[in-house]
Amino acid sequence: MKTKTNDVILQTVTNVVAFMILLFSLRIFFVGHYTPGGGFIGGLMTSGAIVLLLLAYDIKTVANILPVDYKILTAIGLLFAVGTSAGALVFDVPFLTHAYGEFNLPLLGETGLHTAVLFDTGVYLVVIGVTMTIIQTIGVSE
Amino acid sequence: MTLLHWAIISPFLFAILIPFLYKAMRQVHTGWFVLLLPVALFSYFIQFMPVTSDGKAIKETAEWMPSFDINFTAYVDGLGLLFALLITGIGSLVVLYSIYYLDKKREQLHNFYVYLMMFMGAMLGVVLSDNLIVLYMFWEFTSISSFLLIGYWYHRERSRYGALKSMLITVFGGLSMLGGFILLYLMGGTFSIRELISQSDLLMNEALFIPAMLLVLLGAFTKSAQFPFHIWLPDAMEAPTPVSAYLHSATMVKAGIYLVARMSPIFAETSLWLWLVGGFGIFTLFWGSFNAVKQTDLKAILAFSTVSQLGLIMSLLGVGAAALHYTHLDDNIYMVATLAAVFHLINHATFKGSLFMVAGIVDHETGTRDIRKLGGLMSFMPITFTIAIIGAFSMAGLPPFNGFLSKEMFFTGMVRVLEMDIFSLDTAGIIFPVLAWVGSVFTFIYSMILVFKTFTGEHQPEKLEKKPHEAPLGMLISPIILASLVVVFGFFPNILSERIIAPAVAAITPSLVEEGHEIKAHISFWHGPTPELFMTFGVILFGILLYHLLPKWKKVYSWRPERLSLNSIYDGVLVRGERAASSFTKGYMTGFIRSYLVYIFAFFIGIALFGLWYKGAFAVNTVELAPIGIYEVAIALLLVISSLTTLFAKSRLTSIISLGAAGYTVSLFFVLFRAPDLALTQLVIETVSVALFLLCFYHLPKMSRHETRVKFKIENAVIAVGVGIVVTLFAISSYSTKLFKSISSYYIENVYEVAHGKNMVNVILVDFRGFDTLFEICVLAIASLGIYSMIKLRLTRRKEG
Repeated sequence: MKTKTNDVILQTVTNVVAFMILLFSLRIFFVGHYTPGGGFIGGLMTSGAIVLLLLAYDIKTVANILPVDYKILTAIGLLFAVGTSAGALVFDVPFLTHAYGEFNLPLLGETGLHTAVLFDTGVYLVVIGVTMTIIQTIGVSE
Repeated sequence: MTLLHWAIISPFLFAILIPFLYKAMRQVHTGWFVLLLPVALFSYFIQFMPVTSDGKAIKETAEWMPSFDINFTAYVDGLGLLFALLITGIGSLVVLYSIYYLDKKREQLHNFYVYLMMFMGAMLGVVLSDNLIVLYMFWEFTSISSFLLIGYWYHRERSRYGALKSMLITVFGGLSMLGGFILLYLMGGTFSIRELISQSDLLMNEALFIPAMLLVLLGAFTKSAQFPFHIWLPDAMEAPTPVSAYLHSATMVKAGIYLVARMSPIFAETSLWLWLVGGFGIFTLFWGSFNAVKQTDLKAILAFSTVSQLGLIMSLLGVGAAALHYTHLDDNIYMVATLAAVFHLINHATFKGSLFMVAGIVDHETGTRDIRKLGGLMSFMPITFTIAIIGAFSMAGLPPFNGFLSKEMFFTGMVRVLEMDIFSLDTAGIIFPVLAWVGSVFTFIYSMILVFKTFTGEHQPEKLEKKPHEAPLGMLISPIILASLVVVFGFFPNILSERIIAPAVAAITPSLVEEGHEIKAHISFWHGPTPELFMTFGVILFGILLYHLLPKWKKVYSWRPERLSLNSIYDGVLVRGERAASSFTKGYMTGFIRSYLVYIFAFFIGIALFGLWYKGAFAVNTVELAPIGIYEVAIALLLVISSLTTLFAKSRLTSIISLGAAGYTVSLFFVLFRAPDLALTQLVIETVSVALFLLCFYHLPKMSRHETRVKFKIENAVIAVGVGIVVTLFAISSYSTKLFKSISSYYIENVYEVAHGKNMVNVILVDFRGFDTLFEICVLAIASLGIYSMIKLRLTRRKEG
């Protein structure tokens, strides 16, 4: 192990910036249907935020903050994607037929909901899971 | 499936039972059970004799693959019945003989009889099938079972060699025969031999007629050991003697004869047939008998003698085809050749079977088959001697045995070749009687060697492994029966002629029968003072003379160097073929990925350029080109510079960085060409991949981390430039030849109306064509799990962790 260095500036900046990146990635993910963005780039940016945390702290700390097994996250993402696609079969329409509707929600008011977002959530989760699995595995491997 | 079909496949079915019988009843020799079947089949087939001797035939069809015109059609006519009787009759005798020949404790009898029954069923199938494909199937069964039987003593190297050789040669012929059959099917539209014969006039004029004939003849010649394919037969003598007697004298080698006889009505009208079948036959006769004389092993003599006798029958079948051209003759004098062929076929089966059994007895009772060690056995085994002398004299063509009669008819047929005025036979045809006579002289000599070197002369007990004595009675029964048949057919040949020979000849020459020619099969013992008779006198005279002078002229055989013999050519071809194939494979399968990439890319360049040129597909169309702006040029330059840097950089680090630069430039292109999603993704992915490259770079082993420039290789450069040019050409021509409009307008119109989105890229990804995305994320998941398991799962590593 190297001697412990004092990287308080990095850590402090990270504490602030990581949330901003996280928020930006969520935004990019949610607006994907209307403006550039979507599950793929959103997922990449979210994992970028986590990588920043990894740079500032060590793997154990990050694992404490985010106690997530990324392999399971990948699986959940795939489940989302396949589940959304297969759900169409229940309504007697072809595989991967999306549905759209306007709903009056209690807090948000009149909102358009689209099952494509659920599919995109799958993509989002898979991308986070994959990126983090790769980076963590290589990082720990030494 | 009628009884006839069951009879044909009964040996196969019975073969299944044999191992159980062998296991259950060890104290009884398995052969006794097996014996029942051929005897039963023989008595079954002999019932057909009245039918076929009336000139009728029995045809039974069992559907197998009707949609392909492949049906198991059993067809019994004179020719098929003759062979069926030979197969089952000699089969019974051989099984009986093998009971005493093979020891029930030491030998693996279950294997032996299973193979033998397989063979018997296959032969029956060959001779009684009307469908060419079914015939071919049974034909290959005979090759396989014969392979198994030759290699029966598989622990001997010579057995395996002989088995492999016979397999390679006969299967080679079998496959070419299949090709011939398929050509026949293409011409005639049917696999049925009957139907093909009925349209033989039409087939004559087809372009594929000659190729089909050559291929079928190749199959027949390899199977019945005609020159130069006879080389497998002497090596097949490593099989147990009952097998040699059965397969390699009486039945399998006659399958080729059968095929030629069966196909005669289709092919025989052409001159090529007469010359090929007759010519190869007569030369094989000469060559086989000539080489038989120099052999010192009893079975080798018999093997070459079989080759020679098969050549005799084959030449008769070839010459017999001449009869078709003389339909105007009232008493068709050329029919005698076909008649002689059928008659000699029967005779050869009887005397050669008995001679092989005699050789087996001598081997069994003295421990050797080498005629240099044998001699003076006459007083020890008188019965065997009697049988041998009958068989050998018949083979030499001496009266009063049946070989004499068929040899006379053979000479008659050959002499009459000179009277023909077709196919230039009256001039070049002289080789037929000459070779026939010379071959017969040699036949006489080796027949005498066979008997007198073995049974007379000086007895040499010190060279023999066992003390010689007469064989057990059971072993003698079969050769005695065969030898008595030799004598009976010799004295009363006409018990065969009307019942067996005439129907068989009628089956070989159906067109003549239709025209009302009567088959005159009467065989007379005495022709009067004909040229044939004087030829026989000459054979005997010269034969005796040359036999006595044998030590003086035996040097003749050493003139021809061993290197030039057909066997060494065969061996050489095999060895060279293997070496060539091996060096070819070693030459291009270098084990270096670089070489394989060179092949792949070179092939790609070749096929793509050829395609462009062949189809005339290259086109340049500048109409739809967009104007080029300053930004595009700048970015393109940047891209070129970074790519060149990647190629020519000295250190790897520079290459990685310039690769990253190229990636970011590409994302700039995406920005410029208005693809924001792509630009975003490209940026992030490029960052990640550069980071991973750096990781790899950092972990390179110290030893090989020589920072050298990529070595310049001219062929690499050529290939790389070639691929670049090809891809560019393709891109230009495909852009220039747009055949229809893009379907993207549909997406533009429906992205909001149908899919309720405004980002068209994302809508296509998750909605219009979400299926692709589904599996792309699967690919990602697989990649990550792959990396995880590659790193974590290290089974080969030691425990140090």
